[in-house]
Amino acid sequence: MSEPILAVRDLVKRFPVGRSGIFGAPRQFVEAVAGVSFDLQPSQSLGLVGESGCGKSTTARAIAGLLQPTSGSVRLGGAELVGLSRRQMLPHRRRMQMVFQDPYASLDPRQSVESILTEPLTIHRIGRPRDRRLRALELLEDVGLSPKHLSRYPHEFSGGQRQRIGIARALALEPDVILLDEPVSALDVSIQAQVLNLLIDLQARYGQSYLFIAHDLAVVRHLCQRVAVMYLGRVVEIADRETLFSSPQHPYTRALLSAVPEPDPHLERTRQRIVLGGDVPSPMHPPTGCAFHPRCPDVARVPDGRCARERPLLLPLADPGRGPASRACHLPHEPPARGGLGAHGPGPGAVSSAP
Amino acid sequence: MAAVLEVEDLVVRFETHQGTVRAVNGLSMSLQPGETLGVVGESGSGKSVASLALLGLVPNPPGVVEAKRLKVAGQDLLGLDRRGLQQLRGKEIAMIFQDPMTSLNPLLTVERQLTEVLERHEGLTRREARKRAAAALSDVGIPAPETRLDSYPHQLSGGMRQRVMIAMALLCNPKVLVADEPTTALDVTIQAQVLELLKDLQRRHGTALLLITHDLGVVAGMADRLHVMYAGRVVEAGPAADVLTSPLHPYTQGLLRSVPRIRGPLGARLDAIDGSPPDLAALPAGCSFAARCGLRTDACTKSPPPLVPVLAGRRSACLEAEALLLRSGVKA
Ligand SMILES: Nc1ncnc2c1ncn2[C@@H]1O[C@H](COP(=O)(O)OP(=O)(O)OP(=O)(O)O)[C@@H](O)[C@H]1O
Ligand SMILES: Nc1ncnc2c1ncn2[C@@H]1O[C@H](COP(=O)(O)OP(=O)(O)OP(=O)(O)O)[C@@H](O)[C@H]1O
Ligand SMILES: [Mg+2]
Ligand SMILES: [Mg+2]
Repeated sequence: MSEPILAVRDLVKRFPVGRSGIFGAPRQFVEAVAGVSFDLQPSQSLGLVGESGCGKSTTARAIAGLLQPTSGSVRLGGAELVGLSRRQMLPHRRRMQMVFQDPYASLDPRQSVESILTEPLTIHRIGRPRDRRLRALELLEDVGLSPKHLSRYPHEFSGGQRQRIGIARALALEPDVILLDEPVSALDVSIQAQVLNLLIDLQARYGQSYLFIAHDLAVVRHLCQRVAVMYLGRVVEIADRETLFSSPQHPYTRALLSAVPEPDPHLERTRQRIVLGGDVPSPMHPPTGCAFHPRCPDVARVPDGRCARERPLLLPLADPGRGPASRACHLPHEPPARGGLGAHGPGPGAVSSAP
Repeated sequence: MAAVLEVEDLVVRFETHQGTVRAVNGLSMSLQPGETLGVVGESGSGKSVASLALLGLVPNPPGVVEAKRLKVAGQDLLGLDRRGLQQLRGKEIAMIFQDPMTSLNPLLTVERQLTEVLERHEGLTRREARKRAAAALSDVGIPAPETRLDSYPHQLSGGMRQRVMIAMALLCNPKVLVADEPTTALDVTIQAQVLELLKDLQRRHGTALLLITHDLGVVAGMADRLHVMYAGRVVEAGPAADVLTSPLHPYTQGLLRSVPRIRGPLGARLDAIDGSPPDLAALPAGCSFAARCGLRTDACTKSPPPLVPVLAGRRSACLEAEALLLRSGVKA
């Protein structure tokens, strides 16, 4: 395998939360990211999916240097980024850009679209003002907006239009790596298709790599050759797309896949969903052992309450299918095609949820 | 039963220095108690602006709102002053906004955002309100709700912010709930939980739900009826299941073709609709979709085709709807 363009190792990010210790009470922390490692290969898209609040955005922001990681390492093209000052970071910024989850909050309301799109070029002293303007027009067209939009301000746009401005801004510098945090969640499916096609074309042409965070698993399946599934600050399964969607190996991945809504009314109203019982755990008080065990439908299949005692490590699977795959689970590894979305529908262990 | 939401010929335009942007162009709809109307459509087609108009929240200037009729829970919105509108909001009609950060105050804790509504509309004490707020957070699946009450919006993940907003909209059991892309930031299992919560609310309180979403899977599971919007107009309307299985407008057909699927073979590219939507400051004389449509005839470019019945319960604003119907094999 070639040298990864982005290598993340044991990334940890802890935030202080709650009222600060007025009466000397110890400060509480949430470990939003609790040791995440993965490689992103050149020309590859890695999907990052998982429960809301499990640390996906924090992971991306720490990689982009927008947050100081508590510990761990992030290497871009071999160069360590953790610990760099803002100045030292600047040349790397050009190679790695981010599209933010909340388009409204990430666009300066006082900047026109033209200024938003040309700013990265100005900062990195690329081109003359005229070229920058032309580039901005080109970018607008790429994301399905029109030249007329150049002089407008963020509040004059719809949610999906703003999201596309954020994507255009990230593309401006033709970076090697783009971290995309829910970049198409506000787009109608036709424009979403257009933007995904654009990302795929750019990758084919320039060999860009994407870290792609999304809740829409069909979109992830379409774009990403590899997929990592996170739960409560950790990666619990990582595999090639074919393997992950046809034979998911972690019970959380299976539950997730079983809950994907589909635009077929009949299927949608008769489907079997794996309903996760139990309370959603808080990252402030993570469960002992495997963080998923209080909600895991398969916990009884592992003897001696091991899941509650011992945290499973993310280990490579011996017979993974196509590419290398790892999972963090005490269950015995099962032959492929259980609980996947092959022709078989959800596998055993599926509980019906009457809609 | 009396409709809780009645809209007839709603028009919203923005007077900008680049001319008049026609965001909503003659929108009509009505909602019965307990009913769910799904709204899908092109990004920028006026879905959010129309919903803001239902709450009297379109900024003026530059926005201008006109309608033959705009009634919420029997009250005429157009005749209400600021105070009247404030009374209506929260209690009779509430909205889950598309952009959490625009509707959450970054300077207030989650507790304050939630309790303010309760103290204003229900006269609860601070303590009672805090308890209710914690329960509301737990309903939308936020872990450790007591601790979260003390968080500020920036300390929450995107999906948590979205759920705080949902909790806020549900606090006072409104008769009409407008949900603008309410689950975009949620993973599919929590999304399922939140949608179940909405359905439960509808069963218990007869809440009418206007559900705006790009997720056709969510529409398939939730909506009774469906409106498809394009360039400020409804171009197709009917029972949600029928529209999804046999669309009678070329735009709806294009949308359904663009959806990436979770199963089946993977193509290299997705099927996007060619071309782009019209400039709302210079709408064409005829059908707004004509420029991108494979079925276009000369007649399409003359005047905007009206939304007319094609089948019992089904309406389309396409002159070729009959032909589409024949091809789809659905019996008239
Ligand atoms: N203040 C404003 N001034 C000028 N134009 C505006 C303003 N607010 C909205 N618009 C325009 O009105 C149109 C409708 O916007 P709206 O937000 O309703 O779209 P939408 O259907 O909700 O789209 P999305 O699916 O992307 O959220 C858009 O083309 C937008 O550019
Ligand atoms: N600035 C902050 N201060 C305190 N806690 C934070 C901060 N930012 C994030 N968190 C916490 O870290 C955890 C992970 O948040 P993150 O935004 O990374 O989740 P996510 O996986 O992106 O979720 P979503 O899918 O909802 O966007 C959450 O519990 C969140 O409340
Ligand atoms: Mg996030
Ligand atoms: Mg909108």
